[in-house]
Amino acid sequence: MGWGQFIQYVVYGVALGSLYSLIAIGYTIIYGIVGLINMAHGDFFMVAAYVAMWGILVWKLPMPASYALGAALAIALGVTAERIVYRPLRGAKISAFIGAIAVSSILQNTFVVFFSPRSKPFPHPAFLDRVLQFGEVALPVSMLFIIAASVLLFLILTYIVTKTKTGRAMRALSKDLEAAQLVGVNPDRVISFAFVLSTAFAAAGAFLWCSKVPYVDPFTGMMPGLKAFIAAVLGGIGSIPGALLGGFLLGLGEVMIVAALPMLTPFRDIFAYLILILFLLIRPGGLFNVTVREEKV
Amino acid sequence: MSLLEVSDLAMRFGGLLAVSGFNLRLNKGELVGIIGPNGSGKTTLFNMITGFYRPTEGKIVLNGKDITGLRPDQITALGVARIFQNSRLFRDLTVLDNVLIGHHFRMRSSPVEAVFRLPRYVGEERQACDEASRLLEGLGLASFEREIARSLPYGLQRKLEVARALATKPSLLLLDEPATGMSIEETTELMDFVLRLRGDYELTILLIEHHMRVVMGICERMTVLNYGKTIAQGTPEEIQNNPEVIKAYLGAE
Amino acid sequence: MKREWNVGLVLSALSAAVVLLLAWWAQGRLGGYLVRLVHMWGIYVIFVVSFNLIYGYTGQFSLAHAGLTAIGAYTVALLTLSPGAKQAMFLLVPPTWPISVVQWPFFPALVLSGLLAAVVGFGVGAPALRLRGDYLLIVTLGFSEIIRLLLAALPTVSNGALGLVGIPTYTNLVWVWACAMAAIFVTKRLVDSSYGRALKCIREDEIAAEAMGVRLYYHKLMAFTISAFFTGIGGALLANLLRTVDPRTFAPSLSYVVITMAVLGGVDSLTGAVLAAGIYTVMSEILRVVESPITLLGIHVRGFPGLRTLAFAVMLLLLIRFYRKGLMGGREFSWHSASVKLRGLTTAMKGKGGEE
Repeated sequence: MGWGQFIQYVVYGVALGSLYSLIAIGYTIIYGIVGLINMAHGDFFMVAAYVAMWGILVWKLPMPASYALGAALAIALGVTAERIVYRPLRGAKISAFIGAIAVSSILQNTFVVFFSPRSKPFPHPAFLDRVLQFGEVALPVSMLFIIAASVLLFLILTYIVTKTKTGRAMRALSKDLEAAQLVGVNPDRVISFAFVLSTAFAAAGAFLWCSKVPYVDPFTGMMPGLKAFIAAVLGGIGSIPGALLGGFLLGLGEVMIVAALPMLTPFRDIFAYLILILFLLIRPGGLFNVTVREEKV
Repeated sequence: MSLLEVSDLAMRFGGLLAVSGFNLRLNKGELVGIIGPNGSGKTTLFNMITGFYRPTEGKIVLNGKDITGLRPDQITALGVARIFQNSRLFRDLTVLDNVLIGHHFRMRSSPVEAVFRLPRYVGEERQACDEASRLLEGLGLASFEREIARSLPYGLQRKLEVARALATKPSLLLLDEPATGMSIEETTELMDFVLRLRGDYELTILLIEHHMRVVMGICERMTVLNYGKTIAQGTPEEIQNNPEVIKAYLGAE
Repeated sequence: MKREWNVGLVLSALSAAVVLLLAWWAQGRLGGYLVRLVHMWGIYVIFVVSFNLIYGYTGQFSLAHAGLTAIGAYTVALLTLSPGAKQAMFLLVPPTWPISVVQWPFFPALVLSGLLAAVVGFGVGAPALRLRGDYLLIVTLGFSEIIRLLLAALPTVSNGALGLVGIPTYTNLVWVWACAMAAIFVTKRLVDSSYGRALKCIREDEIAAEAMGVRLYYHKLMAFTISAFFTGIGGALLANLLRTVDPRTFAPSLSYVVITMAVLGGVDSLTGAVLAAGIYTVMSEILRVVESPITLLGIHVRGFPGLRTLAFAVMLLLLIRFYRKGLMGGREFSWHSASVKLRGLTTAMKGKGGEE
C-alpha cells in the first residue's frame, strides 16, 4: 500500500469515526443522565434523513430548508418520545428499554407502511462530490467536509456542555441525579434538553452520513446506530469524551483493518461486536472508565 | 477459639477511608455493639463482614476460617446472618417462601431432582417446610404463613426478617440498626426480644445501633467508631465516661 | 393438601393427553391453513415460556433469544437434510465435513438442537450473567448478532446468506404441542420448587438473596441454560415448519417479537404465555389480510406491508406504558383456583335460581 492510499484510508477512517462519534454522543448523553439505552436513536437519525430527502425530492424545497425540516421533525419526535414513553418509565430501566424498542419499531415501520421500504436516493450539495488531488493522494471533499463539520459540532457541544447553564445542569444530573435536584436542577427540563441535543446530533450525523452513503430507507439508521452504540460503550457510556474517542477508534479501526486484511471484510461487524463484549466483560466502564453505578447495600 | 476475629480491617473507596484499623474479637454467646454517628463506617463494616465489600486491608476469621473476601452467600453458608437496616424482604413472596429461601442453600438435591420431584427432593423440601413452620410459630407468625409479605403490618414484617435470617441457622447474627423509628416502649420490647433470641437460638450477636438506650441496655461490650476509626472500646460504663466518646458522639445527642 | 395435589396432577396429565389427542385429530382433519396456525402457536409458546423463565422468573433480561433459536434451527436443518440435497444447495462453496455427509433421523436431531443451543447458551451466559442489567442486555444482544453474522459469513457451514431450503418436515401438531407441554412442565416444576423460589428471590432482590445464601451466578446460569435448551428446540421446530432458514430470520426483531408476546401475557405467567402466543398468532393472521392489496366493493385498496409489525410495536408501547403486568401478570392457572371459581359460580347461580 502506497503512502497515498494509506493517507486516503486514514482520512476515510477519521471521517467514519466522526460520524460514529456524532451519533454516539446522542446515546451517551441520554444514558449518562437517565440510564436509558435509547434503541430508537438510530431511527431518529433515519427520520431526519428521510424527511430531508422527502423535502428536497418531493416538496421541492431548497436544501437548507429540507435539512432544517428533517432535523426539526426528528427533534420533535425525540422530545415527544421522552415525554410520553421514557419519562413515565423513568424508574424502571428494563421497561424503559422495552419502550425504546417499541418506539424504534414504530418509527421504522411507520415509514415502511406509509412511505416505502425501498431505498431512495439522498440528494446532497454538489460540491461534496468533488475530489481534491494532493499529488498522489485523492481526497473526496465529502470526507473532508464530514471531518470539518464534525469538528465544528464537537466544539459547539463542548461550549454547550461547559459554558451554558443547561449544559452544566446536564453534566450535574449525569453525575448524581439526586444531588443535582437538591441544588435546584429541574430534571424534566434538563432531560428534555438532553433529548433535543441528542437528537440534533443524530440529525447532523444523518445528513453527513447520507452525503457519504447517498441512500435512505426506513432501516438506514439501524447499522450506524448499533455501531455508534458500540462506540459509546467502548469509550465509556455516559462520557462525552468517551463517545468521541470510541467513535474515532471504531471508525478508524474498521477502515484500517479492512484495508490491511481485505479478506476479513465479512467479519468486520463481528469484530465490532466482539470488541463490545470484551470491553463489557473486562472493562465495563470503557476506555474512560466511567464509574458503574452500584446498588447500595 | 473465638467465634469472630477481625484484625486491622480497613476499607478504602478511592480517596475515602471509610473504615481503618478495626479490630474485634467476639466470643460465642456475646452480645456486642458498634456505635457511632452517621457515616462513621458502621454499615461498611457489616458489609465487609458479610462479604458485600472486599476489605482493602485486614482479615476476618470466623470459627478459625479466613472469610475475608468471600462472597455473601458463602459467608451465610458458614453461619453468619444479617438483618438489613432497610427492609429487604421479598415483598411479593409469601411469608413462608421468605423463610424457606433460607433453607435453600442447604438443599443437596439437584434441579433435575426438583423438576421430577424425586424422593430425595421431596423429603428435603418437606423437612424445610417443617422447620420453617416451627420457626414462624416460635416468632408468632404461624397464622400468616400464606400471606404475601408486603401485606403484613410493619412490626410483623420486621419479625419476618428475623425469621428469615434465623432460617439460615446462623451462629452469628448481625443486626443493623434494629431500633430505627421505634418509640421508647418499642425499644424495651426490642431489647427483651434480642436477649431472648440469643438464648433461644444460641446466637452470638453483633449489633449496630444509634439508639443509646438499646446499646447501653443490652450490650456487654461496645466499640465506638468515628470517621471510620475506633475511638473507644469497652463496657457500657467505660464508654459512657470516655471523654473522647462524649466529645465525638454523645455531645451531639 | 396432599390429596388436592394428586388430583391436580391427574387432571393435568389428562389434559395433556387431551391436548395431544386434539392435536392428532386436528392434524388430520383441519385445513392446512388452520393447522399451520396452531403449529405456529405451539412454537411461539415454547419461545415465550423459555423467555419467561429467564426474565419473568429470574429477572435477567436477555436478548440472546434470536441467536439461540438460530442454533436450534440450523442444527436440525443441517442434520436432517440429505447429503445430496446439501451438495446441491450450497451454491457458493461446498459444505464442510461432517455436514456434507451427515444425515440423522428427526428425534436425535431435535435433541441435539436443544443440547447445542444449551451449550451455546451456557457459553453466552457464563460471561454475560456476571454483569448487571443493562450490560447483560447489551452482551446478549452482541452474542445473538455474532451468531447470526457468523451464520451469514461461514458459507461452508451454513450456506451463508443464501440459507437452507427444502428442509424435510417431520413434525406435526402432536410433536409441537408435546414439546410445548414439555417446556411448560419443566418450567412450572422448576419454578414451583425450591430452585424456583431462589430464582424469584434473585428477581426480587439480589442482595437479599445473596444474604440468604443463594448462589446468584449458579442459579442465573442454570435458568439461562435451561431456557436456551428450549429456545433451541423451538428453533428446530420452526425450521421444520418454515422449511427454509436464513440468517435474516434471526435478527434481533425475533427477540423483540418474543418479548412482545411475553409482555402481553405477563412475563411471570405460563398461562399468560400460552394465551399471548395464541393471541399473537391470530392477530398476526388477521393483520396479514391488510398487508396485501384487496378489492373492496370494486375499489382497489392498496396493501400496507409492514402494518403487522407496526401494529405490534404500538401494542407493545401501550402495554409497557399502561399494562405492564400483562394479561395474567403474576397469576397462573391452577386446578385449585379453577375449582374455587367454579364453585363460586355455581353457588351464585343456585342462589339466583332459589330466588325465582
